[in-house]
Amino acid sequence: MTSLRESGTVSDAGKIPAHFYGWFWGLAAVLLASSLAVVLTRNLFHSVLYLAVALIATGGVFLVLDAAFLFGVQLLLYAGGVVTIVVFAIMLTERLVGQTIRSASRYLVNGAVISAAVFVGIIGFLVQAPPGGARPPLAGDLTVALGRALVGPFALVVELLGVLLVIALLGALYFARSEP
Amino acid sequence: MPLSAYLTLAALVFAIGLFGVLTRRNAVGILLGIELMLNAVNINLVAFARFAGDLAGIIFTLFTIAITVAEVAVGLAIVIVIFRVRRTVEADHLDLLRG
Repeated sequence: MTSLRESGTVSDAGKIPAHFYGWFWGLAAVLLASSLAVVLTRNLFHSVLYLAVALIATGGVFLVLDAAFLFGVQLLLYAGGVVTIVVFAIMLTERLVGQTIRSASRYLVNGAVISAAVFVGIIGFLVQAPPGGARPPLAGDLTVALGRALVGPFALVVELLGVLLVIALLGALYFARSEP
Repeated sequence: MPLSAYLTLAALVFAIGLFGVLTRRNAVGILLGIELMLNAVNINLVAFARFAGDLAGIIFTLFTIAITVAEVAVGLAIVIVIFRVRRTVEADHLDLLRG
């Protein structure tokens, strides 16, 4: 039911051209550079802007992986919504202090060692894993299959997710309400 | 592009995000690091889904994106409340629960 190959329509409408796959290395370079900038830059506001670049580059990686719909979701929700909320939070919490919005880091060496250890651990699993096959050809439009699955076998989960979002936003409103 | 290229990229982004979480003093900066880590997980999910030919991973990515948005909304609301109470969002100064 949820296999890519069983999607009803077979059309080339939603396919990404194969020559686009080569963009992966450029996108990976942009993603890594902007991620490093997010954690290393001293100005918190610049950090958020670099995060937007990193999120858009991640959307590009989704596009290379043929998930065009996820690219749109990534742009709208992450690069559009999350970045805007974070910018507002910085304006609300930093401006009022009357100081600069520079954010110092601490434990740089310890953090680098722990992060490198986690990375080496993950790569250790990757090296031990058997080599996977090539990417299977895409049969049909992924977005169509996605839409069918969301209102078919995953409909209940989508509803629950909507309830969760409403609860979370109500909770956020309750937290951040103005003082009585 | 083999699957391992995507997984290595995701592992790198995850490690960078972890570094940000560990080293940032500002609570908003810590949230940005968490965003990077969740993003890396999404790359993993989509790559596995595409290479295994199974739609479930991509749908799960949609769910994680939605949950992340909820998490950011609640997290930033908490940051704003903490700022109102303590006049700071430095994580080192938030020790209200210390016994």
